[in-house]
Amino acid sequence: MEKGKTDKNRKGLKEQERSEREKRYLYWLCKLPVLGAVSIRKLYEYFQSFEAIYNIEETGLEDAGILSEAQRQALIDWRGQLESCWYEYDKLSEKQIRFVTPFDQDYPKRLREIYDYPMGIFVRGDLPREELPSVAIVGARGCSAYGEQLAKEFARHLAGAQVQIVSGLALGIDGCAHRGALKANGLTFGVLGCGVDICYPSSQYAIFEVMIRTGGILSEFPLGSKPLARHFPMRNRIISGLADAVLIVEAKERSGSLITAELGLEQGKEIFAVPGRITDPLSAGCNRLIQQGAHMAISPDDILEFLGVKHQKVLILHEKNINTLAKKEKMVYSCLDFTPKHLDEIMRNCGLEPGECMGILLELELSGFVFRSATHYFGKKI
Amino acid sequence: MNCINFVVPMNSCPCGFYPDRSRCSCTKQQIHRYLGRISRPLLDRIDLCVEAARISFEDLRGMGEQNESSEIIRERVERAQEIQKKRFQGSKIFFNSEMSSKQVKEYCFLGEREEELLQKAFKDCHLSARGYQKILKVARTVADMEGSGRIGRKHLYEAVGYRDLQEKYWGKEDAV
Repeated sequence: MEKGKTDKNRKGLKEQERSEREKRYLYWLCKLPVLGAVSIRKLYEYFQSFEAIYNIEETGLEDAGILSEAQRQALIDWRGQLESCWYEYDKLSEKQIRFVTPFDQDYPKRLREIYDYPMGIFVRGDLPREELPSVAIVGARGCSAYGEQLAKEFARHLAGAQVQIVSGLALGIDGCAHRGALKANGLTFGVLGCGVDICYPSSQYAIFEVMIRTGGILSEFPLGSKPLARHFPMRNRIISGLADAVLIVEAKERSGSLITAELGLEQGKEIFAVPGRITDPLSAGCNRLIQQGAHMAISPDDILEFLGVKHQKVLILHEKNINTLAKKEKMVYSCLDFTPKHLDEIMRNCGLEPGECMGILLELELSGFVFRSATHYFGKKI
Repeated sequence: MNCINFVVPMNSCPCGFYPDRSRCSCTKQQIHRYLGRISRPLLDRIDLCVEAARISFEDLRGMGEQNESSEIIRERVERAQEIQKKRFQGSKIFFNSEMSSKQVKEYCFLGEREEELLQKAFKDCHLSARGYQKILKVARTVADMEGSGRIGRKHLYEAVGYRDLQEKYWGKEDAV
């Protein structure tokens, strides 16, 4: 009995050692820029071991017929980098960065289900939790003030109902989605198109830092990878891959957000889009998606209902209760719209003097009824 | 007298359409970089900052609402100048903008409620000492334009409105 147990232990240890060794070779392979996730997977399926891929003769690689000539050459040349890759691998824990592969227990199951799941992801902070639902919120970088507010509100309500928010840390909708989730003290995860040691765009550093502590920052690209344009469509598949549903808030026709929606659809995720005016170019992408069969997201409830999450109804994101306002405040408020208007126009509509009108608007801004998109542009806050 | 009128126009972003996002696709960074060419210290020395809205075709053709004519505005300005001339009789200055801090104290008296408001604005708008003085001078002028002897809340509000450049617009984006 005793002996059998120790044998089993020894076997387990050996197995562990082997898988750790394999992981180190996989790390080396993931660092090779010309190889995609699918190529690496196919190589593994053919050779059954990453160490073998390292040791195989060139003819053996050729026989496998997976890589192109250029890729094969790059792979052979890359062998010289093994030591430096391993050196870097050993330093990861110091930097509090994890390298998670599909062979690991904590690799996200949602991601494992997509066709071209990444063979290794770099993680700072945590990975999305399996037991909690997660929603990807994406949209235009150059979004409107209205879109910014919507993204924040949707994210805030969803995160408040224990839904994890996944996005791409980009400017505009992405950043607002993260901010909204953070506001509700929810979990939010950012997928980057560069290495996790780079904050791109740098102006998002404030939330980047908070997300490492309270959520997670992840990327398929090795440390130090620059945010190249071709990385972003690849990143988008991970954003939608990590989510149960994808919400597009504002998107022009033919934009990166629509790529995410399409990828999500291929991966079997549910697509939601916020409808907009048909003349609004920033809503054209969303309206098109709805036309093609995406769900129409009028309120966070629509998504929560799909996810089957118990929640308090928020009804429609709507105007605030203005009963508490004074008469003139009500009047000025009623002259506003969700799309910011210029002060002149507001003054003309409500017929007040500049000083009085500005005063009321400033008061309304302080009490959270009104926001500004520029110095003299005011809009209703959702 | 070494005083000049300094008037400068500028666009809100490289393409000039911001905040109309259906036409402007400048990134926040581009906008910051563009506006950042006017340094904050320089901006601080400008008394009135006003954003102009786009003019519609109807307005251009004079088919829209009739605006106040320049003659009427001129009359009001002259009246305000007259008040200031009287105010500064015997001293070396002519206009509110030239007041020293001592004169500001003397001529820009605020009531309790107005004081409170200014205090709030000072904190919220991160005013500099210069900005504080300028708000008072502008508020004095706004009151003069109306022929009001005292600076009221609405005058202060208007003055704040001409200075209150948004941090998020000119400066950095809010954190969370």
